[in-house]
Amino acid sequence: MRRAAGAIRRYAPAIVLFVLLIGAWEAGVRALGVRGFILPAPSAIGTALLDNWDSGYQIFPAARVTLYEALGGLAMGTSLGLAVAFVVSRFPTSRDAILPVAVAVNAIPIIAFAPLANNWFGIQSPISKMAVAASLVFFPIMINTLRGLTQVEPSAIELMRSYAAGDNSVTRHLRIPNALPFFFTGLKIATTLALIGAVVGEYFGGLNVALGRVVVGSASALRFDITWSAIVVVSVMGIVMYLAVLAIEQLAIPWHPSVRGERAS
Amino acid sequence: MSEAQATAPVVQLRGVGKTFALGDDSTVALNDINLDIDRGEFVSLIGPSGCGKSTLLRTIGDLIEPSEGTVQVNAKTAKRARLDREYGMVFQAPVLFDWRTVEENVQLPLELFGQNRAARTQRAVEMLELVGLSDFARHHPYQLSGGMQQRVAIARALAFSPDLLLMDEPFGALDEMTRERMNSELLAIWERTGITVVFVTHSIPEAVFLSSRVAVMSARPGRITHLIEVDLERPRGLATRESPRYFELITTVREALRTGEGRADDMSTSTERTAAEGGIG
Repeated sequence: MRRAAGAIRRYAPAIVLFVLLIGAWEAGVRALGVRGFILPAPSAIGTALLDNWDSGYQIFPAARVTLYEALGGLAMGTSLGLAVAFVVSRFPTSRDAILPVAVAVNAIPIIAFAPLANNWFGIQSPISKMAVAASLVFFPIMINTLRGLTQVEPSAIELMRSYAAGDNSVTRHLRIPNALPFFFTGLKIATTLALIGAVVGEYFGGLNVALGRVVVGSASALRFDITWSAIVVVSVMGIVMYLAVLAIEQLAIPWHPSVRGERAS
Repeated sequence: MSEAQATAPVVQLRGVGKTFALGDDSTVALNDINLDIDRGEFVSLIGPSGCGKSTLLRTIGDLIEPSEGTVQVNAKTAKRARLDREYGMVFQAPVLFDWRTVEENVQLPLELFGQNRAARTQRAVEMLELVGLSDFARHHPYQLSGGMQQRVAIARALAFSPDLLLMDEPFGALDEMTRERMNSELLAIWERTGITVVFVTHSIPEAVFLSSRVAVMSARPGRITHLIEVDLERPRGLATRESPRYFELITTVREALRTGEGRADDMSTSTERTAAEGGIG
């Protein structure tokens, strides 16, 4: 209870600012008479969202599809990122071979990769969107986890050596717990990237009940109020996914300074 | 333990040398170290920064391999002794795992050695009692002060009853008052367990107060220049720190350190005598 009250007090300024910005937007659009296809008022976006929730552009079913693709891509990219991080940390000689390739893969523009993924995995298959999301998720997970696995206090390694602990024990008792905070940092970045990947994948084609398709369809019909409402839904999903990771992090690493709420001195 | 092991020195160093190669350069960290440490002794290694005292401690613990000479622990090679878990190690930083509670930290070596949960828990209770932290078993390390964290590290090092305790400036990061209290507590633990201790420090009073012998080292190359017997009565306590003999020995060690720096003009007869008395093992 006290925790909840503390959270409200902590985020009150952000909430107030947010409400003020929305209010200013609404008032500005009305006062200046901005036309709807330039910038719709928040109230118009809300109405468009409600009108197209289940029917019309079917934003709710579309959001479920997009969320499914984003979560699938997040799972795939996270698994791959973790696997590579473990291999590289365990076999340091593989580092020089794998890391440059990973960096090169990360440098591929996602916009260029999306049509390729649609072509490879089927434009109508959710797998093609998941592949785009996974390719974005992979790198931050891999690079952060790798740092956590390898950036271990030398004296902690010496301590484990003094116990004649083997590599597996060191990984289990030292490297993995040490890597958890780094992994969660990567995962927080990855949630947003997974959504972006899914939407971009949809953008280049696929079944029409998907938020990326809603954006393409409504924009070409000049129904920007609907475009905006799709953007709002993507943002809300991103925030919820981020908060979910935050909650899991609190449970998983209650001992870490970032979770204990201590400021570095 | 075999008879040979019972009578052999716990630590036997013969002609130990260590050269670190840094690119084209090489640094002689240790040169021709000879030292025997008997069962139940408390030996301090003292010297200026960079004299190789921590390196020497690590060669005893098989964390660093010597370039020359032999290191034996309990009449075995240092590596065999490490694999047989013959020693516990305490570093300057406590090196506690924040994700484990205090008792789980103490249990870490026992867990690695495959002890069952009941035995582990029991042993952790005993060890925390030994270092006076029974009330903090369920705390996490970051909830403890520096001195308390270091006591947890000592409890962890003693948890599996090693023959030898290797300590690398364990109280170097503590304030003077905490350090003195930790010194007394360490001596009490040493007396109760009869464990052999090798203790690296750069504090002269600490070395004199704790040790049965002080090995004075000099830098470049690191070598033992003096071995000073500390004949202060035991048990040692506040009275020890105020006794004239304590101050005499502090002066002796200080002068030994100064002559070790190679300033011939500082060489006094008293240190020469002490070095002869100490006798390099």
